[in-house]
Amino acid sequence: MSARASKLAPIATGLATILAVIVLLEILIGIDVIDRFLMPPPSDVFVALPRLFTDENVVPRFFVTAGETLAAGLLLSIFGIAGGALLFRFVILRRSFETWVAALAAAPIVLSYPLFLVIAGRGSATVVLVAFLAALPAVILKTLEGFSQTPGVYALVGKSLNASRWQIFSKVMFPAALPSIFVGLRLGLLVAMLNIVGMEFLINTGGLGQLVNELSERYDLAATYAAILCVILVSVLFFTATEWLERRLRRVA
Amino acid sequence: MSDRAQVFAIRLITVLAVLILWEIIARSGLLYRDVVPPLVEIGAALVTLLSSADTYGHIYWTAWEVAAALSIGGIAGIAAGIVLGTNDFLRRSYEPYLYYFGATPKLIFFPIMIMWFGIGPSSKIALAGVTCFFPIALSTLSGMRGINPVFLRVGKTFRANSWQTVRKIYLPAMRGPILTGLRLGLGLAVVVTLLAETKLSNQGLGHLVIQAFTIFDMPRMYALLLTIFVFAIGANVLLARLEGGQGGNA
Repeated sequence: MSARASKLAPIATGLATILAVIVLLEILIGIDVIDRFLMPPPSDVFVALPRLFTDENVVPRFFVTAGETLAAGLLLSIFGIAGGALLFRFVILRRSFETWVAALAAAPIVLSYPLFLVIAGRGSATVVLVAFLAALPAVILKTLEGFSQTPGVYALVGKSLNASRWQIFSKVMFPAALPSIFVGLRLGLLVAMLNIVGMEFLINTGGLGQLVNELSERYDLAATYAAILCVILVSVLFFTATEWLERRLRRVA
Repeated sequence: MSDRAQVFAIRLITVLAVLILWEIIARSGLLYRDVVPPLVEIGAALVTLLSSADTYGHIYWTAWEVAAALSIGGIAGIAAGIVLGTNDFLRRSYEPYLYYFGATPKLIFFPIMIMWFGIGPSSKIALAGVTCFFPIALSTLSGMRGINPVFLRVGKTFRANSWQTVRKIYLPAMRGPILTGLRLGLGLAVVVTLLAETKLSNQGLGHLVIQAFTIFDMPRMYALLLTIFVFAIGANVLLARLEGGQGGNA
Protein backbone atom coordinates (compact mmCIF):
# COMPACT_ATOMS: atom_id res chain seq x y z
CA MET A 1 0.00 0.00 0.00
CA SER A 2 1.38 3.43 -0.92
CA ALA A 3 1.99 6.02 1.81
CA ARG A 4 -0.94 8.12 0.52
CA ALA A 5 -3.30 5.14 0.46
CA SER A 6 -2.26 4.05 3.95
CA LYS A 7 -3.01 7.58 5.17
CA LEU A 8 -6.39 7.78 3.46
CA ALA A 9 -7.63 4.27 4.35
CA PRO A 10 -8.32 5.03 8.05
CA ILE A 11 -10.07 8.29 7.16
CA ALA A 12 -12.24 6.45 4.62
CA THR A 13 -12.99 3.71 7.18
CA GLY A 14 -14.08 6.29 9.77
CA LEU A 15 -16.36 8.10 7.30
CA ALA A 16 -17.72 4.79 5.94
CA THR A 17 -18.60 3.70 9.48
CA ILE A 18 -20.59 6.90 10.07
CA LEU A 19 -22.36 6.45 6.74
CA ALA A 20 -23.11 2.80 7.59
CA VAL A 21 -24.60 3.81 10.96
CA ILE A 22 -26.81 6.42 9.25
CA VAL A 23 -28.04 3.90 6.65
CA LEU A 24 -28.63 1.25 9.34
CA LEU A 25 -30.66 3.70 11.43
CA GLU A 26 -32.73 4.69 8.38
CA ILE A 27 -33.52 1.00 7.73
CA LEU A 28 -34.22 0.09 11.38
CA ILE A 29 -36.51 3.10 11.83
CA GLY A 30 -38.14 2.41 8.43
CA ILE A 31 -39.10 -1.16 9.45
CA ASP A 32 -40.19 0.01 12.94
CA VAL A 33 -37.46 -1.78 14.91
CA ILE A 34 -36.65 1.64 16.36
CA ASP A 35 -39.65 3.78 17.26
CA ARG A 36 -39.72 6.86 15.00
CA PHE A 37 -41.26 8.83 17.90
CA LEU A 38 -38.03 8.28 19.81
CA MET A 39 -35.65 8.78 16.92
CA PRO A 40 -36.63 10.30 13.58
CA PRO A 41 -35.14 8.78 10.39
CA PRO A 42 -31.84 10.47 9.47
CA SER A 43 -33.43 11.59 6.17
CA ASP A 44 -36.03 13.63 8.16
CA VAL A 45 -33.20 15.16 10.20
CA PHE A 46 -31.34 16.23 7.06
CA VAL A 47 -34.58 17.66 5.62
CA ALA A 48 -35.06 19.64 8.86
CA LEU A 49 -31.56 21.16 8.69
CA PRO A 50 -32.41 24.01 6.26
CA ARG A 51 -35.38 24.90 8.49
CA LEU A 52 -32.92 25.80 11.24
CA PHE A 53 -31.49 28.50 8.96
CA THR A 54 -34.78 29.84 7.60
CA ASP A 55 -37.08 29.59 10.65
CA GLU A 56 -34.88 29.26 13.72
CA ASN A 57 -32.13 31.86 13.13
CA VAL A 58 -29.33 29.39 13.68
CA VAL A 59 -26.68 31.81 12.32
CA PRO A 60 -27.41 34.69 14.76
CA ARG A 61 -27.64 32.09 17.53
CA PHE A 62 -24.22 30.78 16.54
CA PHE A 63 -22.84 34.30 16.87
CA VAL A 64 -24.38 34.66 20.34
CA THR A 65 -22.65 31.46 21.48
CA ALA A 66 -19.41 32.43 19.71
CA GLY A 67 -19.51 35.93 21.25
CA GLU A 68 -20.05 34.55 24.75
CA THR A 69 -17.18 32.08 24.25
CA LEU A 70 -14.95 34.90 23.00
CA ALA A 71 -15.84 37.10 26.00
CA ALA A 72 -15.08 34.24 28.41
CA GLY A 73 -11.85 33.59 26.48
CA LEU A 74 -10.80 37.21 26.84
CA LEU A 75 -11.41 37.15 30.60
CA LEU A 76 -9.53 33.85 30.82
CA SER A 77 -6.54 35.28 28.93
CA ILE A 78 -6.33 38.25 31.29
CA PHE A 79 -7.06 36.70 34.68
CA GLY A 80 -5.83 33.16 34.00
CA ILE A 81 -2.39 34.21 32.76
CA ALA A 82 -2.07 36.93 35.41
CA GLY A 83 -3.06 34.44 38.13
CA GLY A 84 -0.55 31.84 36.93
CA ALA A 85 2.24 34.44 36.65
CA LEU A 86 1.46 35.73 40.14
CA LEU A 87 1.63 32.25 41.67
CA PHE A 88 4.94 31.67 39.89
CA ARG A 89 6.44 35.02 40.87
CA PHE A 90 5.64 34.66 44.58
CA VAL A 91 6.64 31.21 45.81
CA ILE A 92 4.81 31.65 49.07
CA LEU A 93 1.56 32.37 47.20
CA ARG A 94 2.08 29.28 45.09
CA ARG A 95 2.65 27.12 48.15
CA SER A 96 -0.42 28.60 49.78
CA PHE A 97 -2.89 28.50 46.90
CA GLU A 98 -1.85 26.02 44.21
CA THR A 99 -3.70 23.14 45.88
CA TRP A 100 -6.75 25.37 46.34
CA VAL A 101 -6.80 26.23 42.64
CA ALA A 102 -6.43 22.52 41.80
CA ALA A 103 -9.32 21.73 44.16
CA LEU A 104 -11.46 24.40 42.47
CA ALA A 105 -10.69 22.76 39.13
CA ALA A 106 -12.41 19.64 40.48
CA ALA A 107 -15.42 21.50 41.91
CA PRO A 108 -18.59 21.63 39.80
CA ILE A 109 -18.54 25.46 39.72
CA VAL A 110 -21.09 25.55 36.91
CA LEU A 111 -23.73 24.29 39.34
CA SER A 112 -23.61 27.67 41.07
CA TYR A 113 -25.39 29.17 38.03
CA PRO A 114 -28.64 29.81 39.98
CA LEU A 115 -26.58 32.05 42.25
CA PHE A 116 -25.35 34.07 39.28
CA LEU A 117 -28.88 34.22 37.88
CA VAL A 118 -29.78 36.12 41.03
CA ILE A 119 -26.69 38.35 40.93
CA ALA A 120 -26.28 39.03 37.19
CA GLY A 121 -29.76 38.24 35.85
CA ARG A 122 -30.93 35.83 33.19
CA GLY A 123 -28.67 36.78 30.32
CA SER A 124 -25.30 36.49 28.65
CA ALA A 125 -23.51 38.05 31.67
CA THR A 126 -24.40 35.04 33.83
CA VAL A 127 -23.39 32.58 31.10
CA VAL A 128 -20.03 34.28 30.51
CA LEU A 129 -19.27 34.70 34.23
CA VAL A 130 -19.98 31.08 35.14
CA ALA A 131 -18.09 29.71 32.11
CA PHE A 132 -15.14 31.97 32.94
CA LEU A 133 -15.04 30.85 36.58
CA ALA A 134 -15.41 27.18 35.64
CA ALA A 135 -12.49 27.36 33.17
CA LEU A 136 -10.22 29.71 35.16
CA PRO A 137 -8.42 27.10 37.32
CA ALA A 138 -7.26 25.15 34.25
CA VAL A 139 -5.70 28.27 32.65
CA ILE A 140 -4.00 29.33 35.91
CA LEU A 141 -2.55 25.85 36.47
CA LYS A 142 -1.28 25.49 32.88
CA THR A 143 0.28 28.99 32.96
CA LEU A 144 1.99 28.13 36.23
CA GLU A 145 3.21 24.85 34.74
CA GLY A 146 4.64 26.74 31.74
CA PHE A 147 6.62 29.14 33.91
CA SER A 148 7.79 26.38 36.25
CA GLN A 149 9.09 24.24 33.39
CA THR A 150 11.18 27.07 31.93
CA PRO A 151 14.83 26.20 32.66
CA GLY A 152 16.28 28.45 35.37
CA VAL A 153 19.36 29.01 33.24
CA TYR A 154 17.30 31.23 30.88
CA ALA A 155 16.68 33.74 33.68
CA LEU A 156 20.35 33.53 34.72
CA VAL A 157 21.45 34.41 31.18
CA GLY A 158 19.11 37.41 31.32
CA LYS A 159 20.60 38.44 34.65
CA SER A 160 24.16 38.12 33.33
CA LEU A 161 23.14 40.51 30.50
CA ASN A 162 21.99 43.01 33.13
CA ALA A 163 18.35 42.67 32.13
CA SER A 164 15.87 44.20 34.56
CA ARG A 165 13.36 42.01 36.40
CA TRP A 166 10.59 43.10 33.99
CA GLN A 167 12.83 42.44 30.96
CA ILE A 168 13.62 38.94 32.22
CA PHE A 169 9.90 38.30 32.62
CA SER A 170 8.73 39.84 29.34
CA LYS A 171 11.66 38.83 27.09
CA VAL A 172 12.69 35.49 28.56
CA MET A 173 10.25 33.78 30.92
CA PHE A 174 6.96 34.72 29.23
CA PRO A 175 7.96 33.66 25.67
CA ALA A 176 9.41 30.41 27.07
CA ALA A 177 6.18 29.65 28.91
CA LEU A 178 3.92 30.52 25.94
CA PRO A 179 3.50 26.95 24.57
CA SER A 180 2.06 25.74 27.88
CA ILE A 181 -0.01 28.93 28.24
CA PHE A 182 -1.57 28.28 24.82
CA VAL A 183 -2.40 24.71 25.84
CA GLY A 184 -4.09 26.13 28.94
CA LEU A 185 -6.00 28.77 26.97
CA ARG A 186 -7.24 26.17 24.49
CA LEU A 187 -8.33 23.90 27.33
CA GLY A 188 -10.00 26.88 29.01
CA LEU A 189 -11.82 27.87 25.81
CA LEU A 190 -13.10 24.32 25.33
CA VAL A 191 -14.32 24.10 28.94
CA ALA A 192 -15.91 27.56 28.60
CA MET A 193 -17.69 26.56 25.38
CA LEU A 194 -19.02 23.34 26.95
CA ASN A 195 -20.36 25.30 29.90
CA ILE A 196 -21.80 28.10 27.74
CA VAL A 197 -23.82 25.78 25.49
CA GLY A 198 -24.88 23.76 28.54
CA MET A 199 -26.11 26.86 30.35
CA GLU A 200 -27.85 28.25 27.29
CA PHE A 201 -29.70 24.94 27.20
CA LEU A 202 -30.54 25.06 30.90
CA ILE A 203 -31.61 28.67 31.35
CA ASN A 204 -32.83 29.61 27.86
CA THR A 205 -30.62 32.65 27.38
CA GLY A 206 -30.21 32.43 23.60
CA GLY A 207 -27.57 30.79 21.47
CA LEU A 208 -27.33 27.23 20.19
CA GLY A 209 -28.08 25.59 23.54
CA GLN A 210 -31.39 27.42 23.77
CA LEU A 211 -32.30 26.29 20.25
CA VAL A 212 -31.99 22.62 21.27
CA ASN A 213 -34.07 23.28 24.38
CA GLU A 214 -36.82 25.17 22.53
CA LEU A 215 -37.14 22.59 19.77
CA SER A 216 -37.27 19.70 22.24
CA GLU A 217 -39.95 21.50 24.26
CA ARG A 218 -41.97 21.91 21.05
CA TYR A 219 -41.40 18.18 20.48
CA ASP A 220 -40.14 18.95 16.98
CA LEU A 221 -38.10 15.77 16.96
CA ALA A 222 -36.40 16.01 13.56
CA ALA A 223 -35.44 19.65 14.16
CA THR A 224 -34.17 18.81 17.69
CA TYR A 225 -31.86 16.16 16.25
CA ALA A 226 -30.84 18.56 13.46
CA ALA A 227 -30.01 21.25 16.05
CA ILE A 228 -27.96 18.74 18.07
CA LEU A 229 -26.16 17.83 14.85
CA CYS A 230 -25.46 21.54 14.34
CA VAL A 231 -23.98 21.85 17.84
CA ILE A 232 -21.80 18.79 17.20
CA LEU A 233 -20.56 20.32 13.93
CA VAL A 234 -19.83 23.65 15.63
CA SER A 235 -17.97 21.81 18.42
CA VAL A 236 -15.88 19.90 15.89
CA LEU A 237 -15.08 23.14 14.04
CA PHE A 238 -14.25 24.90 17.30
CA PHE A 239 -12.04 21.99 18.43
CA THR A 240 -10.21 21.92 15.09
CA ALA A 241 -9.85 25.73 14.95
CA THR A 242 -8.41 26.01 18.47
CA GLU A 243 -6.07 23.07 17.75
CA TRP A 244 -4.85 24.82 14.57
CA LEU A 245 -4.49 28.16 16.36
CA GLU A 246 -2.56 26.58 19.22
CA ARG A 247 -0.17 24.89 16.77
CA ARG A 248 0.40 28.17 14.89
CA LEU A 249 0.88 30.23 18.04
CA ARG A 250 3.30 27.67 19.45
CA ARG A 251 5.30 27.82 16.24
CA VAL A 252 5.38 31.63 16.39
CA ALA A 253 6.36 31.52 20.07
CA MET B 1 8.83 32.12 60.74
CA SER B 2 9.18 28.80 58.91
CA ASP B 3 7.76 28.36 55.39
CA ARG B 4 5.05 26.05 56.67
CA ALA B 5 3.95 28.54 59.29
CA GLN B 6 3.90 31.31 56.67
CA VAL B 7 1.72 29.21 54.36
CA PHE B 8 -0.63 28.43 57.23
CA ALA B 9 -0.79 32.12 58.21
CA ILE B 10 -1.52 33.25 54.62
CA ARG B 11 -4.26 30.64 54.26
CA LEU B 12 -5.79 31.55 57.59
CA ILE B 13 -5.69 35.29 56.81
CA THR B 14 -7.25 34.66 53.37
CA VAL B 15 -10.10 32.61 54.82
CA LEU B 16 -10.71 35.15 57.57
CA ALA B 17 -10.55 38.08 55.10
CA VAL B 18 -13.10 36.41 52.81
CA LEU B 19 -15.42 35.64 55.72
CA ILE B 20 -15.15 39.17 57.16
CA LEU B 21 -15.66 40.77 53.74
CA TRP B 22 -18.67 38.53 53.17
CA GLU B 23 -20.17 39.50 56.51
CA ILE B 24 -19.57 43.22 55.85
CA ILE B 25 -21.29 42.98 52.44
CA ALA B 26 -24.12 40.94 53.96
CA ARG B 27 -24.77 43.42 56.75
CA SER B 28 -24.11 46.64 54.78
CA GLY B 29 -26.84 46.04 52.24
CA LEU B 30 -24.42 46.79 49.36
CA LEU B 31 -25.90 43.78 47.63
CA TYR B 32 -29.38 42.48 48.30
CA ARG B 33 -29.25 40.93 51.74
CA ASP B 34 -30.90 37.80 50.40
CA VAL B 35 -28.23 37.32 47.73
CA VAL B 36 -25.36 37.49 50.23
CA PRO B 37 -26.88 36.27 53.49
CA PRO B 38 -24.97 36.58 56.78
CA LEU B 39 -22.67 33.67 57.62
CA VAL B 40 -24.76 32.73 60.64
CA GLU B 41 -27.72 32.07 58.35
CA ILE B 42 -25.60 29.96 55.98
CA GLY B 43 -24.18 28.05 58.96
CA ALA B 44 -27.67 27.43 60.30
CA ALA B 45 -28.82 26.26 56.85
CA LEU B 46 -25.83 23.92 56.65
CA VAL B 47 -26.65 22.43 60.04
CA THR B 48 -30.31 22.01 59.09
CA LEU B 49 -29.32 20.47 55.77
CA LEU B 50 -26.84 18.00 57.21
CA SER B 51 -29.05 17.01 60.14
CA SER B 52 -31.95 16.09 57.86
CA ALA B 53 -32.21 12.43 56.93
CA ASP B 54 -33.89 13.53 53.69
CA THR B 55 -30.63 15.18 52.54
CA TYR B 56 -28.75 11.90 52.75
CA GLY B 57 -31.42 10.30 50.60
CA HIS B 58 -30.70 12.91 47.91
CA ILE B 59 -26.92 12.52 48.33
CA TYR B 60 -27.31 8.76 47.97
CA TRP B 61 -29.50 9.25 44.88
CA THR B 62 -26.95 11.47 43.10
CA ALA B 63 -24.01 9.31 44.20
CA TRP B 64 -25.80 6.24 42.86
CA GLU B 65 -26.48 7.89 39.49
CA VAL B 66 -22.84 9.02 39.21
CA ALA B 67 -21.51 5.59 40.27
CA ALA B 68 -23.75 3.78 37.76
CA ALA B 69 -22.76 6.20 34.98
CA LEU B 70 -19.07 5.87 35.82
CA SER B 71 -19.34 2.05 35.82
CA ILE B 72 -21.11 1.91 32.45
CA GLY B 73 -19.08 4.69 30.80
CA GLY B 74 -15.91 3.37 32.45
CA ILE B 75 -16.27 -0.23 31.25
CA ALA B 76 -17.24 0.90 27.74
CA GLY B 77 -14.43 3.50 27.67
CA ILE B 78 -11.74 1.09 28.88
CA ALA B 79 -12.92 -1.56 26.38
CA ALA B 80 -12.90 0.97 23.50
CA GLY B 81 -9.46 2.25 24.54
CA ILE B 82 -8.03 -1.27 24.67
CA VAL B 83 -9.54 -2.31 21.31
CA LEU B 84 -8.28 0.84 19.56
CA GLY B 85 -4.95 0.64 21.39
CA THR B 86 -4.22 -2.88 20.16
CA ASN B 87 -4.96 -2.13 16.51
CA ASP B 88 -3.20 0.79 14.84
CA PHE B 89 -5.57 0.89 11.86
CA LEU B 90 -8.65 1.06 14.06
CA ARG B 91 -6.99 3.71 16.19
CA ARG B 92 -6.24 5.91 13.18
CA SER B 93 -9.78 5.38 11.88
CA TYR B 94 -11.72 6.22 15.03
CA GLU B 95 -9.47 8.22 17.39
CA PRO B 96 -10.35 11.60 15.77
CA TYR B 97 -14.05 10.93 16.45
CA LEU B 98 -13.31 10.31 20.12
CA TYR B 99 -11.73 13.77 20.26
CA TYR B 100 -14.52 15.42 18.24
CA PHE B 101 -17.40 13.93 20.20
CA GLY B 102 -15.46 14.37 23.44
CA ALA B 103 -15.46 18.13 22.81
CA THR B 104 -19.25 18.29 22.29
CA PRO B 105 -21.39 19.65 25.16
CA LYS B 106 -23.17 16.48 26.23
CA LEU B 107 -25.94 18.25 28.11
CA ILE B 108 -27.66 18.98 24.78
CA PHE B 109 -28.28 15.22 24.47
CA PHE B 110 -30.50 15.36 27.54
CA PRO B 111 -33.77 15.77 25.57
CA ILE B 112 -32.87 12.60 23.63
CA MET B 113 -32.01 10.74 26.83
CA ILE B 114 -35.34 11.76 28.35
CA MET B 115 -37.18 10.41 25.32
CA TRP B 116 -35.23 7.16 25.38
CA PHE B 117 -34.95 6.53 29.10
CA GLY B 118 -37.67 8.62 30.75
CA ILE B 119 -37.45 11.36 33.35
CA GLY B 120 -36.14 9.09 36.14
CA PRO B 121 -32.53 8.33 37.04
CA SER B 122 -31.92 6.27 33.88
CA SER B 123 -31.73 9.37 31.66
CA LYS B 124 -29.16 10.99 33.98
CA ILE B 125 -27.13 7.78 34.15
CA ALA B 126 -27.18 7.46 30.36
CA LEU B 127 -26.18 11.10 29.84
CA ALA B 128 -23.37 10.97 32.42
CA GLY B 129 -22.28 7.56 31.09
CA VAL B 130 -21.89 8.95 27.57
CA THR B 131 -20.07 11.99 28.99
CA CYS B 132 -17.48 10.07 30.96
CA PHE B 133 -16.95 7.48 28.21
CA PHE B 134 -14.77 9.82 26.12
CA PRO B 135 -12.05 10.90 28.59
CA ILE B 136 -11.78 7.32 29.87
CA ALA B 137 -11.47 5.88 26.35
CA LEU B 138 -8.90 8.50 25.34
CA SER B 139 -6.85 8.05 28.50
CA THR B 140 -6.89 4.25 28.17
CA LEU B 141 -5.90 4.56 24.52
CA SER B 142 -2.99 6.84 25.35
CA GLY B 143 -1.96 4.37 28.09
CA MET B 144 -2.01 1.50 25.60
CA ARG B 145 0.18 3.48 23.20
CA GLY B 146 2.56 4.29 26.04
CA ILE B 147 3.34 0.67 26.98
CA ASN B 148 7.01 -0.02 26.47
CA PRO B 149 7.28 -2.70 23.73
CA VAL B 150 10.36 -4.07 25.52
CA PHE B 151 8.06 -5.26 28.35
CA LEU B 152 5.97 -7.20 25.83
CA ARG B 153 9.08 -8.74 24.29
CA VAL B 154 10.37 -9.71 27.73
CA GLY B 155 7.00 -11.33 28.43
CA LYS B 156 7.26 -13.30 25.20
CA THR B 157 10.83 -14.36 26.08
CA PHE B 158 9.55 -15.77 29.37
CA ARG B 159 6.79 -17.51 27.44
CA ALA B 160 4.02 -15.65 29.24
CA ASN B 161 0.59 -16.75 28.05
CA SER B 162 -2.12 -14.20 27.10
CA TRP B 163 -3.60 -14.05 30.60
CA GLN B 164 -0.16 -13.59 32.18
CA THR B 165 0.67 -10.85 29.64
CA VAL B 166 -2.54 -9.02 30.51
CA ARG B 167 -2.12 -9.50 34.28
CA LYS B 168 1.62 -8.88 34.58
CA ILE B 169 2.26 -6.30 31.84
CA TYR B 170 -0.88 -4.62 30.51
CA LEU B 171 -2.82 -4.15 33.74
CA PRO B 172 0.04 -2.71 35.86
CA ALA B 173 1.08 -0.41 33.00
CA MET B 174 -2.51 0.70 32.41
CA ARG B 175 -3.41 1.40 36.01
CA GLY B 176 -2.21 5.02 35.94
CA PRO B 177 -3.87 6.08 32.65
CA ILE B 178 -7.12 4.28 33.54
CA LEU B 179 -7.27 5.99 36.94
CA THR B 180 -6.53 9.35 35.28
CA GLY B 181 -9.37 8.71 32.83
CA LEU B 182 -11.70 7.67 35.66
CA ARG B 183 -10.83 10.83 37.60
CA LEU B 184 -11.54 13.06 34.60
CA GLY B 185 -14.67 11.04 33.82
CA LEU B 186 -15.88 11.30 37.41
CA GLY B 187 -15.56 15.11 37.34
CA LEU B 188 -17.59 15.34 34.14
CA ALA B 189 -20.15 12.76 35.30
CA VAL B 190 -20.75 14.69 38.52
CA VAL B 191 -21.26 18.00 36.67
CA VAL B 192 -23.56 16.54 34.02
CA THR B 193 -25.63 14.53 36.52
CA LEU B 194 -26.15 17.55 38.77
CA LEU B 195 -27.01 19.85 35.87
CA ALA B 196 -29.44 17.31 34.44
CA GLU B 197 -31.04 17.07 37.89
CA THR B 198 -31.51 20.85 37.91
CA LYS B 199 -33.26 20.59 34.55
CA LEU B 200 -35.69 17.77 35.23
CA SER B 201 -35.77 15.63 38.35
CA ASN B 202 -37.53 15.22 41.66
CA GLN B 203 -34.54 13.68 43.45
CA GLY B 204 -30.85 14.35 43.94
CA LEU B 205 -28.63 17.26 44.98
CA GLY B 206 -29.11 19.13 41.69
CA HIS B 207 -32.85 19.05 42.26
CA LEU B 208 -32.36 20.45 45.79
CA VAL B 209 -30.23 23.32 44.41
CA ILE B 210 -32.81 24.37 41.84
CA GLN B 211 -35.58 23.95 44.42
CA ALA B 212 -33.72 26.32 46.79
CA PHE B 213 -33.34 28.79 43.90
CA THR B 214 -37.03 28.56 43.00
CA ILE B 215 -38.15 29.43 46.53
CA PHE B 216 -35.24 31.92 46.84
CA ASP B 217 -33.79 30.22 49.92
CA MET B 218 -30.25 31.52 49.40
CA PRO B 219 -28.67 30.29 52.67
CA ARG B 220 -29.84 26.78 51.80
CA MET B 221 -28.44 27.14 48.28
CA TYR B 222 -25.03 28.17 49.61
CA ALA B 223 -25.12 25.28 52.09
CA LEU B 224 -25.95 22.87 49.27
CA LEU B 225 -23.20 24.21 47.00
CA LEU B 226 -20.68 23.90 49.84
CA THR B 227 -21.74 20.31 50.48
CA ILE B 228 -21.55 19.41 46.78
CA PHE B 229 -18.13 21.05 46.36
CA VAL B 230 -16.76 19.16 49.37
CA PHE B 231 -18.04 15.84 48.01
CA ALA B 232 -16.79 16.47 44.46
CA ILE B 233 -13.36 17.65 45.58
CA GLY B 234 -13.11 14.78 48.10
CA ALA B 235 -13.89 12.14 45.46
CA ASN B 236 -11.36 13.72 43.10
CA VAL B 237 -8.65 13.82 45.77
CA LEU B 238 -9.34 10.15 46.59
CA LEU B 239 -8.85 9.09 42.97
CA ALA B 240 -5.79 11.36 42.63
CA ARG B 241 -4.27 9.61 45.68
CA LEU B 242 -4.95 6.20 44.09
CA GLU B 243 -3.32 7.48 40.90
CA GLY B 244 -0.29 8.74 42.82
CA GLY B 245 0.02 5.51 44.78
CA GLN B 246 0.40 3.22 41.79
CA GLY B 247 3.81 2.22 43.04
CA GLY B 248 5.81 2.64 39.90
CA ASN B 249 4.40 -0.28 38.03
CA ALA B 250 5.74 -0.14 34.52
